[in-house]
Amino acid sequence: MATTDKPRLSRDHVLELLRHMIRIRRFEGKCAELYTQEKIRGFLHLYDGEEAVAVGVIPVLESRDRVVATYREHGHALVRGVPMKAALAEMYGKQEGCSHGRGGSMHLFDRSTNFYGGNAIVGGGLPLAIGLALADRMRGSDNVTACFFGEGAVAEGEFHESANLAALWSLPVLFVCENNRYAMGTALALSESETDIQHKAACYHMASEAVDGMDVVAVEAAARRAVATIRETGRPYFLECRTYRLRAHSMFDAQLYRDKSEIEAWREKGPILRFRTWLEQNNMLHPLDLVRIEAEVGAEIDEAVAFAEAAAWEPIEQLTRFVYAEQTARDRPVNHVATKS
Amino acid sequence: MLQQKAESQATETTYREAIREAIRDALKRDERVFLMGEDVGRYGGCYAVTKGLLAEFGPERIRDTPLSESGFTGAGIGAAIGGLRPIVELMTVNFSLLALDQILNSAATIRHMSGNQFGVPLVIRMATGAGRQLAAQHSHSLEGWYAHIPGIKVLAPATVEDARGMLWTALEDPDPVLIFEHVMLYNMTGMLASDAGPVGINKAAIRREGNDISLITYGGSLWKTIDAATALAVEGIEAEVVDLRTLRPLDDATIMASVRKTHRAVIVDEGWRTGSLAAEISARITEQAFFDLDGAIGRVCSEEVPIPYPRHLEEAAIPQVPKIIAAAKTALTGG
Repeated sequence: MATTDKPRLSRDHVLELLRHMIRIRRFEGKCAELYTQEKIRGFLHLYDGEEAVAVGVIPVLESRDRVVATYREHGHALVRGVPMKAALAEMYGKQEGCSHGRGGSMHLFDRSTNFYGGNAIVGGGLPLAIGLALADRMRGSDNVTACFFGEGAVAEGEFHESANLAALWSLPVLFVCENNRYAMGTALALSESETDIQHKAACYHMASEAVDGMDVVAVEAAARRAVATIRETGRPYFLECRTYRLRAHSMFDAQLYRDKSEIEAWREKGPILRFRTWLEQNNMLHPLDLVRIEAEVGAEIDEAVAFAEAAAWEPIEQLTRFVYAEQTARDRPVNHVATKS
Repeated sequence: MLQQKAESQATETTYREAIREAIRDALKRDERVFLMGEDVGRYGGCYAVTKGLLAEFGPERIRDTPLSESGFTGAGIGAAIGGLRPIVELMTVNFSLLALDQILNSAATIRHMSGNQFGVPLVIRMATGAGRQLAAQHSHSLEGWYAHIPGIKVLAPATVEDARGMLWTALEDPDPVLIFEHVMLYNMTGMLASDAGPVGINKAAIRREGNDISLITYGGSLWKTIDAATALAVEGIEAEVVDLRTLRPLDDATIMASVRKTHRAVIVDEGWRTGSLAAEISARITEQAFFDLDGAIGRVCSEEVPIPYPRHLEEAAIPQVPKIIAAAKTALTGG
């Protein structure tokens, strides 16, 4: 997909956006189900409500570009092209998983799609993105590194250090802040003196904009502007996507910090419902399209579950493999003589 | 004639100059190598290690950073994954704690956590240790902490040859390598061959041979330990001095071979005693060479205090020659 300014809302394109979002939503639903069956363990963070962000941004990138994500990254991995079965096998902890089963839900990695995690320290992925972009800058490539993070991360020092470095050194980083209003259970207003997040980017002389993160077309349009600007100027760009997490933070979250009515109100504004309704009103969606998408996605999920179920556990004998590379630095003779004068 | 030529090829150099030459050599050998850190360029390095390199290599490759230890260390990790060979300089080990998240949670984990898809060929250099009256936020020896972490390698060059030779080998390593430079060694001089080059980083070295006791040490404590061994020799005690050189992974074979020869051991480590690298080495000796021991293992470590400012208290807080001699005698006599 070329990075021109405006999305072309052809029927194929809008159906693709809708399909991506439904695919993520259904996948996450299956993950929740598999969690209750104890097929998936550990922490599980689901993306329901925020699909328009990954779906609006990631297809705008080229395959040579790079993606750094957080622990709520299933959707990003799927849109980026990490095979669903490899992502699910990873959550099962099986060795056919995209990280060999070592990472689980929070640590999806995939070299073939330049997908650099799956980072579960809030803000920790930002310096990594700076370094990837620095490598591209120093090697003369015009790749873009897209770095996703939540609004909670902007309270971390690593956010400010990274924003400063990206602007100071003119690095091709697309900062995508997924502002879902809560850092776990702490509302933005309780944790930030400046709740208009995009203003923070302005302090670093970084181009920025805020966009309705529940509107996939608006996100895609903004992402196109951002990526085109980064490729043209080589400078970073900050995109705040205002969105909402419809599910609990993780499977352990009793959601004591927000009212059910609030969630229901946002559910009415959910990105899939909203886009589908808009498409129907504009006669761009045939009922059979939805049937087809749901059937395809359902079949893919069934296939992924079967794959993950059949996949193998890594033998315990391999526990300590890949702590270090399985090649050693050249062995050189050591000078044994002390020569202090 | 031949001998004269060989002698003329060795020149006296400082540990600082040896490191600078290693950095210069690496920058010349490999265009992917660059150095970044606080005040490495225009200032010339907090300990003047990188003086002159900015003029020679330019600001892209001798990159001054803001005071953002976590940010630029993490950037080093990303740049390494992205195909470069960064050298990150952290001013002191105390400041490295601001980057500990990146070192532990990213650099050390990514290869294993990603199922071997991404490695981090990054070198991080930093100053460590006491002796310059810099008090409790600039003087600690935390390399033993770092040696606790699987996924990274930890080096402690104590000689000009190692200062000159370890960096390139570390840069060739596919995994993160931390190099700890003791602040009291920067001004030390030694003879360095003009063709001195890379050295191995997987073996400890015997710096002085002896049959009576093994004195096991590294970094800034090496020269105190050698002085102690020289003093012990006057009294007829021949100590063997083992320079660990690499703190992770430890070279158990060299340590055990020495202990099996001498049957007695004292470990000298500028880290605090509790939970120290010295404790780890002691445990390994009892696990692997217990029946070769003729006495209890001794330890000379730092006192359990933040390093104080006044000289007499700072000196009292860290290992010194008399303490090493006393510990060796205790180990020999059984106390």
